[in-house]
Amino acid sequence: MEQLGKYFFNLDVMWGALPAMLEGFALTLEIAVAVVLIGITSGLLLAIVRAFQIRPLNWLLVFLVDLLRALPQLVVIMIVYFALPYAGIQLSSIVSTIVSLAAILAAVSEEIFWAGITIVPKGQWEAARSTGLGFLTTLIHVVLPQAIRVAIPPLTNWTIAITKGTALGAAVAVPEIIGQALSVQSIVANPSPLTLGALMYLVIFAPLVQLSRWIERRYGWAV
Amino acid sequence: MDAFIDNFANLDSLIEVWPLLLSGLEVTLLLCLVTVPAGVALGLAVAVLHSLRIRYLTTLLIVYVDLLRSFPPLVLLILIYYGLPFLGLELSELPAAALALVLNSSSYYGEIFRAGIEAIPKGQREAARSSGLSALQALVHVVLPQAVRAVVPPLTSNTLELVKLTSIASVVALPELLRTARMAQDLVYNPTPLMAAALIYFLLLWPLVRLISKLDRRSMAMR
Repeated sequence: MEQLGKYFFNLDVMWGALPAMLEGFALTLEIAVAVVLIGITSGLLLAIVRAFQIRPLNWLLVFLVDLLRALPQLVVIMIVYFALPYAGIQLSSIVSTIVSLAAILAAVSEEIFWAGITIVPKGQWEAARSTGLGFLTTLIHVVLPQAIRVAIPPLTNWTIAITKGTALGAAVAVPEIIGQALSVQSIVANPSPLTLGALMYLVIFAPLVQLSRWIERRYGWAV
Repeated sequence: MDAFIDNFANLDSLIEVWPLLLSGLEVTLLLCLVTVPAGVALGLAVAVLHSLRIRYLTTLLIVYVDLLRSFPPLVLLILIYYGLPFLGLELSELPAAALALVLNSSSYYGEIFRAGIEAIPKGQREAARSSGLSALQALVHVVLPQAVRAVVPPLTSNTLELVKLTSIASVVALPELLRTARMAQDLVYNPTPLMAAALIYFLLLWPLVRLISKLDRRSMAMR
């Protein structure tokens, strides 16, 4: 028990690590917000593009989405950071992390929005079109509002799962929470910064997990 | 174009590092073989215990699940791998990765099974009990078979995520597929090994992605 206090909840060590850890905390939040904004917006746009049913474009889209769902997040980050420079594209570790996670979130949310669009009954389309609305107007004002409603519960869960991937940035030396915790830990030879880092993640994600529980209950989404 | 192929699909490099990649694939598969059954079993245990409605136990289980869902899996792995040795508990890479992945996935599997069990009407259990089955028999022979069938789509999807997640073990230097690909890149000075590893992941997991896409759409359409 004494060991536990000394090594995992050492307040002196935590206090010393706090400035670096707070920087990591802010960076994690910034990356997460960027990923969510870019990822979900692109996902929605891609789903709208898919609704136009342009064959070759849709094949490409489905393939890219499948690719991003089949590859582990860390593999995508590694490719963007370590392989793209050979193609002349050099991104910083932070940008690499954002681009990778946003692309994955875009792929997943495109699937979810698209599934939402497909389950809106055909009669809705036909009724809207027959009142004189154009294709895009129908899509935006009639179909999407209903599709997005269905999409919210799974989208929340996926968004949380993918934003947790910000921690993977540590593997390409992004000084986010866990990256900072590891570097401080190696200097002071005490893992209390790791505990502090874990607590910081809890501060960010525990409310989100509760939110997802609430949304599931509210929208009656069992799984 | 030639330079591109030289870098990203260099056959000589691929032949040179192929054995290394194969050994990495073996470790990845081994890790899956350990973590998927263990994660499913632990998750099922969590859900069954939850369904017993023993007050303090239920609260404890909810805390367990939400805590584990709030930590990025990499944070858990790093706590286990870098933190536990300070308590005198030194786990080598494979057990540490397996433990982190099993704990993490058990929370997701647990939530899925719980939702499945709760979706089964109460009358089923009551009818089983009144026909003379014990509580355990009613659970095993009546409730669980229906509950599990109802949650096949999220179970499949979660298993895909778990398989992909094994790649985070590369961060603690377990020589699985991603790690060996990175090691190989340092040998041949081009990203061909990384691309090959990505291709292996993709070929391995693409059928699963297709399957999940189909299952998801079907279950969304039923709502």
